[in-house]
Amino acid sequence: MKVIIPIKRVLDPYTQARVDKQTQMVDLTNAKMAMNPFCEIAVEEALKLKESGAASETIAVSIGTDKTVDTLRTALAMGVDRAIFIKTDGDLDLQPLHLGKILASIIKREEVGLVIMGKQAVDNDNNQTGQIISGLLNYSLGTFISKFSLSDDAQSIEVSREIDSGIEVRKLNLPAIVTVDLRLNEPRYASLPNIMKARSKPLETIELSSLDVDVTPRVKVISVEESGTKDRAAKQVSSAKELLEELTQMGVL
Amino acid sequence: MSALVLIELHGEEISANSRAAVTAATQLSSTVDALVLTNDAANASAVAAISGVNTVKVVVDAALEHVSAGIASKIIAGVMSDYQYLVAGSATYSKNIIPVVGALLDVQPISDVCEVKSANTFARPLYAGNIMATVESSDEKILLTVRATSFDHAKDDGSATIEELSADVPESNSTFISLQESQSERPELTTADRIVSGGRGLGSKENFGLIEQLADKLDAAVGASRAAVDAGFISNDYQVGQTGKVVAPKLYMAVGISGAIQHLAGMKDSQVIVVINNDGDAPMARMADLVWNTDLFGAVQDLIDNA
Ligand SMILES: Cc1cc2nc3c(=O)[nH]c(=O)nc-3n(C[C@H](O)[C@H](O)[C@H](O)COP(=O)(O)OP(=O)(O)OC[C@H]3O[C@@H](n4cnc5c(N)ncnc54)[C@H](O)[C@@H]3O)c2cc1C
Ligand SMILES: Nc1ncnc2c1ncn2[C@@H]1O[C@H](COP(=O)(O)O)[C@@H](O)[C@H]1O
Repeated sequence: MKVIIPIKRVLDPYTQARVDKQTQMVDLTNAKMAMNPFCEIAVEEALKLKESGAASETIAVSIGTDKTVDTLRTALAMGVDRAIFIKTDGDLDLQPLHLGKILASIIKREEVGLVIMGKQAVDNDNNQTGQIISGLLNYSLGTFISKFSLSDDAQSIEVSREIDSGIEVRKLNLPAIVTVDLRLNEPRYASLPNIMKARSKPLETIELSSLDVDVTPRVKVISVEESGTKDRAAKQVSSAKELLEELTQMGVL
Repeated sequence: MSALVLIELHGEEISANSRAAVTAATQLSSTVDALVLTNDAANASAVAAISGVNTVKVVVDAALEHVSAGIASKIIAGVMSDYQYLVAGSATYSKNIIPVVGALLDVQPISDVCEVKSANTFARPLYAGNIMATVESSDEKILLTVRATSFDHAKDDGSATIEELSADVPESNSTFISLQESQSERPELTTADRIVSGGRGLGSKENFGLIEQLADKLDAAVGASRAAVDAGFISNDYQVGQTGKVVAPKLYMAVGISGAIQHLAGMKDSQVIVVINNDGDAPMARMADLVWNTDLFGAVQDLIDNA
């Protein structure tokens, strides 16, 4: 069974996003970038399947500008067998519906049995792309998964989903799309020798324009503003009595 | 043009995020209908009382109790031929389903809407809430999930008509096996007026019991940071943050939580924020209204004793 892992290059999650005064858009020039944390978890899960013999091949795919190749190299260094780079022009604002259509065409071409991806990209926080692919291909879907196992006959998988009310367990027929949550696994680091080895692993580049996908924007960003936390005038307290009195005065107890 | 609201039910109980979705829908359309997918028609009767709802459309089938996104989306996509808007509350129930509907209708859905600015323009957070974007849809139909903390929760003074729809329920390619629900007598996290939230600073599952005791004293819900959930102090459905639940209570008490961007994303709109931390420089302390810079164990015990 082939496994595909769509991965995204995003602003480092521990970096504060800033708006560029000139362009009035989020400023990513010189910003520290990283693989989306959920995608690292997806890569790790795919590697485990390969190591257990359940996956025949693991393929990372990423859609973006030239810099995206760095992120694919990271996935190769972690242990993925090969990579597909879908090259876009400049600042094309691709949305989950576009990404879903592009990824669906690759999934069909590769005859993939399982797609493992992040539940959300921590820049746009859309939480949509995996679901959209499942809709386009009519594949079974498991979102927000924190546990994963392949059935003995390799025809289905059992997943635990972290949902608002607790944990839901479902059986998904293959082919399937799963989107992973934080607690599925601890992603490995790429070792130096593996980073070297990754340079000789296959990386195929496909021009987005060569795929028959309409990427006309559906949702346009009109403007952005910084809306982070505002420092509040913290008042120091030093006892339980004092704290409780303050809260009573503020009318919240 | 009319709006359809996807209602999330737990038994007969209407989830608060669905009430927020009704409010958002009334800002978009003068005719708002509700859609209920359920295994028991009786569950839908309460939905008729939500104010602002015109007609409750109910699809009843045994397969809808723990419905798969595949089945739900096909039914919804069919019903959508009569509607311009589909609105649902931001929650795992709708996040699982709405994008699939988007794929079937060839529409780009908009997640986590915080404000309706016009018929096709909305505000939504990016980058863990550090950026607020205004976005405009050019799709013919518009699919939204909306933040329950950003819209009033529609009350119960309506009297909608209920209409059972006969929809074809397709075969599913996934099967429900089990649901482990957290049972708690405490107020529900996303609707509570007060929340006591614990982090890695608690050190162990046993110690996390202090957070629960304090919550009970204050009639508060319990919350947690990712680190506390990862360490097994409490289950995943208590996580507050970018990838957990978003809350905006009157009182949020952060105990032994440092205040990472991803945690702040889930609670920064709380009215009064209290921080108990032995590191007075923790990012969490900067955005607090009240800071008690001390060892949490003595402090929480004193609060339990004095509250
Ligand atoms: C993709 C992604 C998504 C994430 N999503 C979330 C999310 O949804 N929610 C979330 O919370 N996090 C999330 N995180 C994790 C986040 O970045 C932080 O790692 C996490 O919030 C830290 O939890 P914490 O504050 O409990 O632990 P720490 O950062 O370790 O802080 C512990 C605090 O306790 C204090 N402390 C320790 N001992 C005591 C004591 N005895 N008395 C008083 N104070 C004490 C310390 O001073 C410190 O401030 C996410 C991270 C990533 C990468
Ligand atoms: N540009 C991209 N290239 C490849 N995969 C992507 C891209 N953007 C998003 N994805 C995948 O879709 C997941 C969810 O993203 P989103 O729906 O945008 O929150 C990510 O974790 C990735 O697995």
